Amino acid sequence: MSTLSQLAAVYAQLSLMAFGGANALIPEMQRQVVDVHHWMNAQAFAALYALAQAAPGPNMMIVSVIGLRVGGISGALVTTGAVAAPSSVLTFFVSGVWDRFKNASWRKALQAGLQPVTIGLISASAALLIESTAVDWRTAFVIVVTAALFIFTKLHPLLILGAAAIAGAIGLVG
Amino acid sequence: MEAATTGEIALPSVVDLFAGFFIVGVYGFGGVLPWARRMIVEQRKWLTPVEFTDMLGLCSFLPGGNIMNVTIALGARFRGIPGAAACFLGLMTAPVAIVILLGIVYDRYAYVPSVRQAFVALSAAAAAFVLATAWKIAWPLRGKPLAIGVAACTFVAIAVLRLPLMAAMPVLTISSTLLLSRFRK
Repeated sequence: MSTLSQLAAVYAQLSLMAFGGANALIPEMQRQVVDVHHWMNAQAFAALYALAQAAPGPNMMIVSVIGLRVGGISGALVTTGAVAAPSSVLTFFVSGVWDRFKNASWRKALQAGLQPVTIGLISASAALLIESTAVDWRTAFVIVVTAALFIFTKLHPLLILGAAAIAGAIGLVG
Repeated sequence: MEAATTGEIALPSVVDLFAGFFIVGVYGFGGVLPWARRMIVEQRKWLTPVEFTDMLGLCSFLPGGNIMNVTIALGARFRGIPGAAACFLGLMTAPVAIVILLGIVYDRYAYVPSVRQAFVALSAAAAAFVLATAWKIAWPLRGKPLAIGVAACTFVAIAVLRLPLMAAMPVLTISSTLLLSRFRK
């Protein structure tokens, strides 16, 4: 199987499991990209995640950057298309009949059931990213300080990310 | 027919749909949702606030990126498949182009020590951003031991045992749904 078709297969599968957006998919993406296909190591994966945060657009951009790294520009287009296609087809058909089961009790039960699973997945994403980015006490310190800023202040997230990048560039962190 | 429910404005054309979402894609630093709502509800008045919330509810319920799903549902509602394609491509074109450019620039300069160090720190902060997101969405679970248990099981299955999502997700979702609906009443 060529790399491009492997990328397409991996991301098309992820599409229908993407409850909670790209952040909930990080662990599975990392498992596939790092452990199963050995396309990069966990540090490179975390750096690409950071790169995706620096771009505008939906948080699915991590998918495009991984495609770019693994398969060049065609790789980026393949992963972005593959992660979007199955869920888009589903949305296309369901949105036409949504009113019929908007208030169905099974739908509310399923939504309530999905919520803690999504929370668990996003917590797992955080844990895996921290595991590969907290390489010494200084990076651990950056994580603690920026996490506190993200949670307890109303500062724009990009401001905090930018400040961290600048602190790194002038040699305070690395 | 649909226009009557969304006010007196004319049905947006495929070009309008592309243009509207193109701007959302360009502006959408640090999350697209607020920009999408601003454009759809406040600026172009394609949907009323209630219709938007309804559509977002559907799009968050279904798998896939929330806003990607919104582009499909909204485009399909006004212009069928061409509309869905126009909205989706409108949203994605600029961000994908920008992220590809960033990726190429990063690859070229990754060996420069200050660039490498900037990315070490940026990666740590980006990980902290996900941690903060997890913290915020987990906050409403306090006082709900069953839901906390499900979230904890999911965490262990994925982060510790590293189970494939394909296997873990259906099992976790179905058990969670049955468990929570049984004990909720």
